[in-house]
Amino acid sequence: MSMTGLTNTIGPGAETPTFPAVSIGGDVPDYFALLKPRVMVLVIFTALVGMVVSHGHVQPAIGVISLLMIAVGAGASGCLNMWWDADIDAVMTRTAKRPIPDGRIRPDEALSFGLVLSVGSVLVLGLAANWLAAGLLAFTIVFYAVIYSMWLKRATAQNIVIGGAAGALPPVIGQAVVSGSVGIESLVLFAIIFIWTPPHFWALALVKAGEYAKAGIPMMPNTAGPQSTRRQIIYYSVLLCPLGLAPVALGFGGLLYGVVGLLGGLGMIAFSIQVFRNREGEAEKRAAMGMFGFSILYLFLLFSALLAEQGLGLFRPVMGA
Amino acid sequence: MHDPDLGPKIAYRALTPEEEARRRKRSLAIALALGAMVVLFFVLTIAKLGPQVLNRPL
Repeated sequence: MSMTGLTNTIGPGAETPTFPAVSIGGDVPDYFALLKPRVMVLVIFTALVGMVVSHGHVQPAIGVISLLMIAVGAGASGCLNMWWDADIDAVMTRTAKRPIPDGRIRPDEALSFGLVLSVGSVLVLGLAANWLAAGLLAFTIVFYAVIYSMWLKRATAQNIVIGGAAGALPPVIGQAVVSGSVGIESLVLFAIIFIWTPPHFWALALVKAGEYAKAGIPMMPNTAGPQSTRRQIIYYSVLLCPLGLAPVALGFGGLLYGVVGLLGGLGMIAFSIQVFRNREGEAEKRAAMGMFGFSILYLFLLFSALLAEQGLGLFRPVMGA
Repeated sequence: MHDPDLGPKIAYRALTPEEEARRRKRSLAIALALGAMVVLFFVLTIAKLGPQVLNRPL
């Protein structure tokens, strides 16, 4: 028996066009790529840290399922983002090879995939952990897919500043899973990621300003200019350095975290100054990409230190010992 | 009464072997995902309600 593919046409007698190969759907890795797996890894990591800094206990199986659902929910919001942004993704070289603009997956398939995973992840998280955590996950998905992707991204240069809240919420969801409430620990972690986001993304936007302009996205370098963006990168980095040490002041970050936070925070300031000083040609690009790369390392080390202290018993109190 | 000549026409074409292989892999992935969901709900039930969940009078 021959397998068949569906094609369509409008009206009687019209010539019957056939869909391209994409009409039968993409490869399995294409669907996985829709979930932005690298972002999912970051979300699992930050949510896990939110769980370990919380006061409370969660059954390991419930904890693992909850983390999985948080990751799936984040992936679903990434999928909805790719569905909505397919037009601008097609214009930018960094994103043109994504499954939808590349023609490997149809937009309506991606929309269905994203919606099903969104609803499913929220429901299972509610059943597994509690409905506060599920509500926070639903809020995160809506905030990223609707508030950020559909509204802020194309409307204001503050897009990633406000939109950064979606990326900062996983530790808060993690704490809600464990304790059934939202405490100061996860709110501080939220604030750290929130303030970290602008210098991180603007460093990349400085290098990709032409691409964003081509796609019509009002990123800060395109609207306020590169010089103003560089200044703002410094402001946020200076703010981030002491904020990154807040867990030490609040007693849930120890000596290891304090050292990592201080050195990392100073590193962020140093890189931001480099970005400010190098404004031409290859040096500008090198400085901006250096800042972008270091910002990822900074956040990773910061959260790793918390994880090591709380999870591996390396905690040595600095304050209130 | 519905007249098939007046509505949108649906035509079919044979899939290429490569497309058939892709469809098979997708079907397998869906089957695995469904299986994983069964396991997930089983583990969730045991974790939430305990192993005594089935030990009750009928």
